[in-house]
Amino acid sequence: MSAQQQRPLSPHLQVYKLPLTGILSITHRMTGVLLSLGLLYIVYLLSALASGPEAYASVQAFAASWWMRLLSWGFIYALFFHLCHGVRHLIWDAGQGFELETLNRYAWIELAASLVLTLVSFVLLSAD
Amino acid sequence: MKYRTPLTKARGLGSAKSGTTHWWAQRVTAAALIPLSYWLIKLIDLGASAPYAETQAWLAAPLNTVGVLAFIAAAFYHAGLGLRVVIEDYVGREGCKIVSIWLVNLIFALLTLTALSAVFRTIQVG
Repeated sequence: MSAQQQRPLSPHLQVYKLPLTGILSITHRMTGVLLSLGLLYIVYLLSALASGPEAYASVQAFAASWWMRLLSWGFIYALFFHLCHGVRHLIWDAGQGFELETLNRYAWIELAASLVLTLVSFVLLSAD
Repeated sequence: MKYRTPLTKARGLGSAKSGTTHWWAQRVTAAALIPLSYWLIKLIDLGASAPYAETQAWLAAPLNTVGVLAFIAAAFYHAGLGLRVVIEDYVGREGCKIVSIWLVNLIFALLTLTALSAVFRTIQVG
């Protein structure tokens, strides 16, 4: 079946180095799944708040640990990344921004924007 | 001879099922979640550091109650829609796929109700 061997191969992950846009695309999906899991914490937090001061205090003891703080800032970064890349999806849905040059420029813009937004929230929230 | 209605042309081509509903709902909730993220971040921050009374009072303020409720509704719906696409892409077997999507939808519906009722219980305090 030589004809079959001549068929073009799809860009398989083991032989194809993902371009930046491809990395961002799969990261968008991964952050989406992780953020969905993070929603469990929001339910936990709200339920504890509804149960009263003692339950709330136990969540806070949990949230105050350094690794939970790190995790929650990772969550906020993932949120901003997903938000920025999501905005780009909305631009694409409007039928714009498909040129290769624009794609690569937007890729860097959204990476920078998500970092800046995370830093700005960190500064604002640490201030008060 | 154009006696045929559009319906006769569409018949036999298979069900359109829900058409663009999923796609459209994903975009609408995405746009809504941009401003609503403020309430998520504020809630996480208060939950990490503010005393009980402060967080309770914050949530009981009408604008924040609505903001958090809207966030919960939009976020859980958006997450359910997104996870559905992920499952459809990676779960091969039809039965497994359908059951997984049902399971995710069911769990997210329950989580939504839990979160909403927690907000209502919290704002009744005081």
